[in-house]
Amino acid sequence: MLSAFDNFPALLIWLPLIGGIVTFMLKQGERAKAWSMLSSILTLVVAGTSLLFTGSEHFALTQVSYVWLPLLGSSFTLSLDGISWILCLLNAISFPLIFAASSRGSYRRPNVFYGLMLIAQAGLMGVFMALDALTIYFFWELALIQVYFLASMWGGEKRIQAAFKFFIYTFVGSLLLLVGILYVYLKTPDQSFALASFYRAELTVGEQGWLFWMFFIAFAIKMPVFPFHTWQPDAYEQSATPVTMVLSGIMVKMGVFALMRWLLPVFPDVIADYDNIIIGFSVIGVVYASLMAMRQDDLKRLVAYSSIAHIGLMCAAIFSLQQDAWHGALVQMFSHGINIIGMWIVIELIERQLGVRKISELGGIAQKAPTLTIFLVIIALANVALPLTNAFVGEFLMFSGLFKFNSWYAAVAGIGIILSAVYTLNMIKHVFYGNTNILTETMRDIGKDQRIVLSVIVVLIFMVGIYPEPMFRLVENTSDIILNRIQTK
Amino acid sequence: MNAIILSALWGVVMMYTGVVTRNTRNHGVMAIIGIILLTIAAWLEFVGVQFFSINLSGMMSFAPYSLVFMMVMFVCTLLYFILSGPDMKDVGDQVSDYYALIFFVLTGVSIVAAFKTLLMLFIGIEIMTIPLYILAASDKRNLKSNEAGLKYFLMGTFSTGLMLMGIALLYGAHGTFFTDGINLGMAAVSPLTTAGLVLLMISMAFKVSAAPFHFWTPDVYDGTPTVFTSFMATIVKAAAFFAFLRLFENAFGKMHVQWQLLIAIITAATLLIGNITAVFQQSVKRMLAYSSIAQAGFMMLALFALNSTGKQGLILYAAAYSLATIGIFAVLVRMKDYTFEGFNGLSKHEPFLSVMLTVFLLSLAGIPLTAGFFAKYYMLVAALKNGNMFWLVIVAVLCAAVSIYYYFKVIQSMFFKEGANTGMRTGGVFKATLLVAAILVIALGIHPDWLLNLLTY
Repeated sequence: MLSAFDNFPALLIWLPLIGGIVTFMLKQGERAKAWSMLSSILTLVVAGTSLLFTGSEHFALTQVSYVWLPLLGSSFTLSLDGISWILCLLNAISFPLIFAASSRGSYRRPNVFYGLMLIAQAGLMGVFMALDALTIYFFWELALIQVYFLASMWGGEKRIQAAFKFFIYTFVGSLLLLVGILYVYLKTPDQSFALASFYRAELTVGEQGWLFWMFFIAFAIKMPVFPFHTWQPDAYEQSATPVTMVLSGIMVKMGVFALMRWLLPVFPDVIADYDNIIIGFSVIGVVYASLMAMRQDDLKRLVAYSSIAHIGLMCAAIFSLQQDAWHGALVQMFSHGINIIGMWIVIELIERQLGVRKISELGGIAQKAPTLTIFLVIIALANVALPLTNAFVGEFLMFSGLFKFNSWYAAVAGIGIILSAVYTLNMIKHVFYGNTNILTETMRDIGKDQRIVLSVIVVLIFMVGIYPEPMFRLVENTSDIILNRIQTK
Repeated sequence: MNAIILSALWGVVMMYTGVVTRNTRNHGVMAIIGIILLTIAAWLEFVGVQFFSINLSGMMSFAPYSLVFMMVMFVCTLLYFILSGPDMKDVGDQVSDYYALIFFVLTGVSIVAAFKTLLMLFIGIEIMTIPLYILAASDKRNLKSNEAGLKYFLMGTFSTGLMLMGIALLYGAHGTFFTDGINLGMAAVSPLTTAGLVLLMISMAFKVSAAPFHFWTPDVYDGTPTVFTSFMATIVKAAAFFAFLRLFENAFGKMHVQWQLLIAIITAATLLIGNITAVFQQSVKRMLAYSSIAQAGFMMLALFALNSTGKQGLILYAAAYSLATIGIFAVLVRMKDYTFEGFNGLSKHEPFLSVMLTVFLLSLAGIPLTAGFFAKYYMLVAALKNGNMFWLVIVAVLCAAVSIYYYFKVIQSMFFKEGANTGMRTGGVFKATLLVAAILVIALGIHPDWLLNLLTY
């Protein structure tokens, strides 16, 4: 078992997990903060180092497999390939940013807060790397439970109900997923939970049909795709901002990722029957969420709805089964995570200083906090996918894929993108420009540490936006293999 | 056989302990020694050491499956004694007698775990329940306890009457009490057999509180002194289930297809009624009573499927459910207020207890990394392997989702709500034992095969 500690996937799980448990034990808040920061940076270093070993000659360094439950045909299998790499990287980058951004905030019982955060990170890493259905289910729930506690303990007044709604929603999805997993498991030739066996499961088209929906609903709730999104604005609004960052930046990617690895390749025969329904709902969701975002007065709810729109587009792009769209969706998953965390950081800075996040009560912040405004404008423009920013690359490819699939869908989704520019610019206008009022008069510009955090985000935005080549090289191989498997079956 | 004789003997020893010393601490120590000896005795029989050579004429069999179940139940009882034993003196003065009665119950548990004839089943069930009637009514000055005792007695004797009638009909049809003999004679199904089967099914459904024969459960569990509810709801219930499964597997296995639908309906009704009613409870104790009905619904899936996965799963389920419920009840006994509000803010004063309770509640809810997950996993796989009646699996899963609501309400009270809870008196032993139970729950949640490998020993 010790041998399982010395390669990348194992380290990426054990570092945050052990870091989190240690953080729990620390009584002093400052020490817990420092330790969690250290732990998350170590994880980032490991994730960064692992990028040097992407070649196939380093295969052994990216695989973990040890016997877990031979009785049940399950083994603890983790692997880093293209699509898990990009998400693990996002996960590893996000947490130090989140911790740094929230270092000024004070949380009751900081050791519990940071401990739960780190364990959630471990769970997310596990979801992105697991190649065994039971293992992924365990990590899926591990992350969920931590986030449930995080969202219920810290946040707004109605957080308990909001977090509970979120939990019940996703848990119903998880249970359906579990039944689906068990059904496929019983149909695998060798009674095994391994992903490879799942690909070989002997399922009739009829069985695939309803299993497909059981899996899809679980993932759709997580993403969330219209019409399963109703938990999301409440949960984002009521949770403490660092928790919202985890939820929106990383956790929603679990669902998108699972579509690629656990849904489409396992039930390839029925995709053609349902792709129009799902793309249709996703595209409706894009427009609907954008329209909703226009009407929001609360900054958090605005970003929450804009996130539904982005995720809807990813879901549609993935179901188009076009090579470009998949590459685009994978890069966009990374970019969206970075951008939305940037948005939350800015909102958090405003809220911490002024105590409000109502658009109607703000105004003229640019006069008082010019640096913050510059950062915000860059991040917001990245969010609406302006060329040269990271989101442009992904959204462009997703649109071109969707267009190849059916130009009408692309056209309708395009409306959503136009609307996103409308509400984003509108928000900038009302919050940052115009005249100051009594409240925003007191606004001060951001400190050095926040400048560093936001600079990192802006650098990432332009790096991926101007030179996305390394990102594509990372994902395209794995993505093409999976897509090929779906299409040739 | 070791366990049956030793538990009966130790019951007598406990009665004399009460004569020798009035110190309830000593009674507790004697009981713990007894249960440890009992576990060792069962273990020795498991590895092949028999203390007694008695000719049973095939009326009982001590297969590994039965012995593992006995050991699981004894270990749970051990934890129960350590956790809740000290609280028995709040019920009444005859603490040694309570322990004695519990040992007699264990005799019954061992018999129903091993029976091969309907006679032994009947005797086992009776030995198991009669001491419980007394325990239910043991808080003599409390009207609710008296009511619980009487209700339990009436319902118990009624269902026992049905059972006897069923046994008589089956004897009339097949001319034998042996379960294997009845199963062999299943080729020619007569109305007598069918009537006997249905009567036995109803009486067993009474014993395990499966809907629609569950009505006595909430009142009896609520009225019985909480220390004894804990025992009734876990070990006794699990044993009744074990008997149910063994009876229907051994005696009616060949007719499985015919009675499967009936069991499926009972299972679905139990799941729905248990879970939905539990949602509306104000008192945690009553909620746990309904949750025990709900969990019974899940265990019924093993009976519904009647395959090896279900049989293994039932042992795991019994262990997971008993460990968690005993732990929760042990804390509940020491609470002043049994309502959900009583738990408000518990984590402030008792962070350790709150975390332990959370582990137990998560296990009951079936969250991964706890034993409850694999318990539910086995039940679902068993039902899916069965191949037909997929709707039952969906009902079970949706009910599991409903159960989240009321289990998490306790967690919410403890962690997220403010309250005037001032903690409770707990000792180091109590906390350490809770920790052991929680570690067992998590260990079985990661490696259920540590328990299940014993079955193929």
